[in-house]
Amino acid sequence: MKPEDRDLSKLPMPDGFDPMLVMRMISQWGHGGHIGMEYVGHGTGWVELAFDWREDLVGDSETGVLASSPIISLLDNATSMSIWTKLNEFRPQVTMDLRVDYLRPSPKGERVYGRGECYHLTNSIGFVRGIAHNGNSDDPLAHVSGTFIRIGDRIA
Amino acid sequence: MTQQALDLPPYAKGLDMTISGLHEGSPLIAMPFAEKVQGRPGFLHGGAISGLLEMAAVAAIAYALRERGEDARFKQVNVTVDFMRGGTPRISYAVGTITRLGRTMANVQSRAWQDDPAKPMAIATLHYLLKRG
Repeated sequence: MKPEDRDLSKLPMPDGFDPMLVMRMISQWGHGGHIGMEYVGHGTGWVELAFDWREDLVGDSETGVLASSPIISLLDNATSMSIWTKLNEFRPQVTMDLRVDYLRPSPKGERVYGRGECYHLTNSIGFVRGIAHNGNSDDPLAHVSGTFIRIGDRIA
Repeated sequence: MTQQALDLPPYAKGLDMTISGLHEGSPLIAMPFAEKVQGRPGFLHGGAISGLLEMAAVAAIAYALRERGEDARFKQVNVTVDFMRGGTPRISYAVGTITRLGRTMANVQSRAWQDDPAKPMAIATLHYLLKRG
């Protein structure tokens, strides 16, 4: 895929923001492709993504526990996209800040799910929160909260 | 410190991070720009920047413990990342500063930049739980 074709603002989405379509692109290249992020589900104001455990994503070679960083990457993408599902359109933005609390390790071999939710949206800021889990959302492994700031002009 | 003395986790090696000497008394972590750390076209992914900051924190604690001749395992409790500038297609650096290394926890601040250490790309505040042997 040519770099100019990877611009989300140029992706045709006539029926509103489509996270499945966007993830089909994101999972093929770049950091999302490296982590192996996949689309799981979405609704208005939320998106769930996932990736599989892999040796080269490990933080502790002795235990095989995942590094925390791929979990931030997953939650960054899930929370970021949750804003666009609330708007039902793509709007350029950047991450202002993210906080992640790691409640427990993500064990060797376990798939990681990240669910992001936009709980409040202003003209400039998207306020987000979410969790990461291993398949049972009642047993989260991490909590995230953060903000995204809009950049540039709104795309019609 | 030698590069053999400190080993970065597989995650860091997967993104071609290396220890590039010391900066203000802590290991300096370098991460080359590549497609696998890219988010929106032409910019670093926020998750890759966060990963660089976390690896700098981990290396800072491991190095400080070694310097003191202490043995402990440590586990990250949380992280807050503030993003200040977009990461452009060039090499990135990060260093962790230990504010306090106690018996049971460590407070670390990591800073990432590209050309100029005085112009941070992102800053992280991290807490670690220490388990001493």
